[in-house]
Amino acid sequence: MSNLISQLTLLSPEIFVALMAMLILLLDLFIQDKNKHLIYGLSQLTLLVAGLLTASLGFSEPQFAFKDMFVFDSLALFLKMMSFITLSIVFIYSRNYLLNKKLLTGEYFSLSLFALLGVMLMISSRNLLLMYMGLELLSLSLYALIALNRDDKKSNEAAIKYFVLGALASGLLLYGMSMLYGFSGSLDLYTIGNIIQTQEINSELLVFGLVFIVVGIAFKLGAVPFQMWVPDVYEGSITPVTMMISTVPKFAAVAMLIRFLFQGLDYLIVDWQQMLLIMAILSMIIGNITAIAQKKIKRMLAYSTISHIGFILLGFYVGTIGGVQASIFYLTTYIMMTLAVFGLIILLSNTQKSIEFIDDLKGLSQTKPWEAFLMMIVMFSLAGIPPTIGFYAKFSVLQAVIDQEVIWPAVVAIIMALIGMYYYLRIIRLMYFEKSDKKLKTKTSLPMLSVLTINAGGLLVLGIFPKTLMSISALAVGGSL
Amino acid sequence: MINLSHFLILAAMLFMIGVVGIFLNRKNIIILLMAIELMLLAVNMNFIAFSYYLGDIAGQIFVFFILTVAAAEAAIGLAIIIIVFRNNRSIDVEDINRLKG
Repeated sequence: MSNLISQLTLLSPEIFVALMAMLILLLDLFIQDKNKHLIYGLSQLTLLVAGLLTASLGFSEPQFAFKDMFVFDSLALFLKMMSFITLSIVFIYSRNYLLNKKLLTGEYFSLSLFALLGVMLMISSRNLLLMYMGLELLSLSLYALIALNRDDKKSNEAAIKYFVLGALASGLLLYGMSMLYGFSGSLDLYTIGNIIQTQEINSELLVFGLVFIVVGIAFKLGAVPFQMWVPDVYEGSITPVTMMISTVPKFAAVAMLIRFLFQGLDYLIVDWQQMLLIMAILSMIIGNITAIAQKKIKRMLAYSTISHIGFILLGFYVGTIGGVQASIFYLTTYIMMTLAVFGLIILLSNTQKSIEFIDDLKGLSQTKPWEAFLMMIVMFSLAGIPPTIGFYAKFSVLQAVIDQEVIWPAVVAIIMALIGMYYYLRIIRLMYFEKSDKKLKTKTSLPMLSVLTINAGGLLVLGIFPKTLMSISALAVGGSL
Repeated sequence: MINLSHFLILAAMLFMIGVVGIFLNRKNIIILLMAIELMLLAVNMNFIAFSYYLGDIAGQIFVFFILTVAAAEAAIGLAIIIIVFRNNRSIDVEDINRLKG
């Protein structure tokens, strides 16, 4: 009995989020349209309490529950806390935009919380079944979120594209899982790993399964050659949903990568290293070069995301703990930068007219100097220019690569980062050195601006003192690998 | 005598038909849904065959979960197709071409 209670305690954040997501969906029926901010408050409260529950479990040795299906370790603690904070910031930024578009409904919050639940389960799973269920919970919520703006043809199209490709990816992942199961006769990742180490027969079956699993992970991350959905989904869905898709699910995808490749199939490192390397290099090349040609800001950011994913994969390619630490650090900074840049886009498009083309930012420094300044910090950070945190993120990944004495991927990465600077700095040039042809009329909401200032300022402050964040992510990885 | 490899080859063929169906289909979104369903059912066959030959029950339990999720996925897919039809008056794959660049 006490055993059951201790297991349920380990799952208390998940149980709480599930209950609250359902409660919010139910309450939404009884709350009038003018009182919808109650739903918003309740969602934020959910995230706060879930964060406290997770924090109360504390930093400790890995703990297991329900026949080792569910694991809670330092990596899970870190990634879950980051997901809560990220989603909370997404909600803060989205609120006014959704209010203006008349989309501030229970569905947005409840679907986001269900997606968060999927992310949490994926972060904590070491079992194929739980991983699959978490992935589907996340994906199904995202399909519905993308289609949230029902009357917009673009949003419909993005939803159908993401649906078809997402279903294809989960089919491929499942096929890989069935191969792993057939090889080992177990659904537990650790057991599979042990069986692989002890017997080396039938390894074609295993590598076959591994390929499918890597494809599934790469699709979730949006790495080349499985990136086709990224630009369309970014452009088609409303900006708050884009912000949500580009941040929270990335934690799940990275957790899935670590659980599968580093904790389960680490014996096959020679095989998956090559796959990750090819995807990393291609993502950096295609992401950065295609981004230059983009005219729409969300498409440009989509390709920029692809190139950042390339960097994250490069850290994982190294295969050492140092590489994973660098990748987790990079992921954290990527999330901060993405939140800030989408937050700024939302802030600048509060009225009916929304920022769509890069040229809409022309002469922003004359009309909105403070927003332009924040945007400049974010762009510097995305480009990886010191003293912003983006520089240290790129630096730590490159250091992990060079420590392994493989030079050429690092050289390609540096060249691509330099090419990438062009389109980030072009935005700064447009904001500061061009005259605006039309006035940007937006009401600035002060609470949102202050959160954004902290967010963008954080990129600068953490860039000057990067050690704190670095050691936290090192601690998170070190405790669980 | 039918053994494990026969089941695996059949499942692989069904899976390939599903994948090719997604990429070659240029006509109707509903056919895409059918292709996706076929992929998932091929995986189910894999799991059941492995489960039977390994004498392990977990694979069959996995199949129940896949079936449930596939139903939910089809429901969401059809819902998306309905809103696409409401806005476009067509569910041809060729009409889905607004987003590019």
